[in-house]
Amino acid sequence: MNAAAINKWFGRGWLSLGFVFLYLPIVALVLYSFNDSPVPNVWRGFTLKWYAALGSDAEMLSGLWLSLKIAFFTACSSVVLGTLAAIALVKYRRFGGRTLFSGMVNAPLVMPEVIIGLSLLLMLVSLQRALGFPERGMVTIWMGHLLLGMAYAAVIVQARLQDLNPQLEEAAMDLGAKPWQVFTLVTLPMISQALMSAWLLTFTLSLDDVVLSAFLSGPGATTMPLVIFSRARLGLNPSVNAIATLIVTLVTIGVVAASYVIARRERIRAAEMAAAVRAG
Amino acid sequence: MSGRLNSAGRGGRWAVIGVPYFWLLLFFMLPFLIVLKISVSEMETVTFKDVLTWKDGVLALSLKLSNYASLVQDDLYFLTYVSSLKYAAVTTVLCLVIGYPFAYFMARARATLQPTLLMLVMLPFWTSFLLRVYAWKGLLSEHGWAADFIAGLGLDRLLLAFGLIPAQGQLMNTPFSLVLGMTYTYLPFMILPLYSNLAKMDLRLLEAASDLGATAWVAFWKITVPLSKAGIIAGSMLVFIPCVGEYVIPELLGGPQTQMIGRTLWDEFFSNNDWPMASTVAVAMVLLIIVPLAIFNKYQAEAVEKRS
Repeated sequence: MNAAAINKWFGRGWLSLGFVFLYLPIVALVLYSFNDSPVPNVWRGFTLKWYAALGSDAEMLSGLWLSLKIAFFTACSSVVLGTLAAIALVKYRRFGGRTLFSGMVNAPLVMPEVIIGLSLLLMLVSLQRALGFPERGMVTIWMGHLLLGMAYAAVIVQARLQDLNPQLEEAAMDLGAKPWQVFTLVTLPMISQALMSAWLLTFTLSLDDVVLSAFLSGPGATTMPLVIFSRARLGLNPSVNAIATLIVTLVTIGVVAASYVIARRERIRAAEMAAAVRAG
Repeated sequence: MSGRLNSAGRGGRWAVIGVPYFWLLLFFMLPFLIVLKISVSEMETVTFKDVLTWKDGVLALSLKLSNYASLVQDDLYFLTYVSSLKYAAVTTVLCLVIGYPFAYFMARARATLQPTLLMLVMLPFWTSFLLRVYAWKGLLSEHGWAADFIAGLGLDRLLLAFGLIPAQGQLMNTPFSLVLGMTYTYLPFMILPLYSNLAKMDLRLLEAASDLGATAWVAFWKITVPLSKAGIIAGSMLVFIPCVGEYVIPELLGGPQTQMIGRTLWDEFFSNNDWPMASTVAVAMVLLIIVPLAIFNKYQAEAVEKRS
């Protein structure tokens, strides 16, 4: 066997093992959600009873509903603020405190969540003392998630904005479009895929968050990850496997469908561009 | 005409920069200053005391620095910092060792295959992180798939010899399970920046090296690795910084030997209700990550300048 062939097979082996590592826990979760035995790791036949039990699990269901609401508002607001931040960073190369601004946009990506959670909570407590609001609960959790979501949305939209051809916007300006029209008619359609992926990512981030929610939640505002986390802390729990399988299935369908739509729109746009170039 | 356009543009510019800027100052910067303040405050029965008090026309400033003193003097805190840094560093190295070849082979795979591979790396990243960490609990507990696999290969003896597990057959709640969980969780954060860097590389450089007589191995170390430096730095920071303050993974997969600073902060806040101490721990944590954070921000900014 020559060096190139060894290299090729080593590469395939490494990638396969890597994917096994990445997917093993997900496969295990799904499989054991159908396990009849309450004792984990002992297979005793197929059952759907854990799914049936979920239907009457009021704590989990109300957590899920709250989480979905927060995730929806987080995703919408993160995309708006993240897009503004991305435009500010890409279009305006010079303004006062730009370094501080870009630092503050990027820092939440890596900043340990315990720090963000603690600091935001202490501020909200101080605010509440002074003004009497906001009460800890859904709104405060949303504020924390928005901080995180905004950073992720900004990174995604920024990457897309940089790849845009600035001549398209300049052409629109030359043809007499006002800045607002340039944005809605030219820029927005071109970054719509990035906005969609940013929306989906911030939605799942919010749906998944434990640490910020734990700091910022109040009495009666227990999100689904908090319910899962408190059960997972105590040990293995088949109800967690069942809800996990449902979430994994939904997210997979959502992401695959979204990337299919994005890829199709990309193809259509490329074809239209090519047609326009030929016509011109 | 152009004057009107400019003034509209200026108003737009103000809003585009001002709104997110103000939001971040209010909800990211200000809270941190408050933490800084509370970390030097006295704790009263239910809540903390103000640093500045105005009483009888006298402005009094009382700073309590004992929290910081205990942070330095108390061995427990000190050891926690050291072990947080140690586990974060080990995780970063492991992610790099696994992730670099992974990203490399991804970037050199057939062009038609690459979007699918990329999608496969991203997909676990979209599914719940909490649930994937929880799944390792089952996999590593007695008779879990991973536990049986490791025992079957005799790897547990090796882990025992390195002191990563306390006894043969006990994989959960050990330094091993903690590092495994963190490596697993943060691996995609290492792979993605490395992949985007390696995929952009000009392959003609390797041809040139080969024409000049370099072997593939030499060319890899002299050309590919140095050119991917930016990706290595970005990936390492994306893994290292959040790992230092990680809470969920040590709580679910770690054990008594693996105290980490994120858990210390959590316990000070939720169990001991000592807000000033929790704030002190947070300030100290920021000091630990401030240099990596600055490197990360510099890299992000440079990546932006380079692209446009």
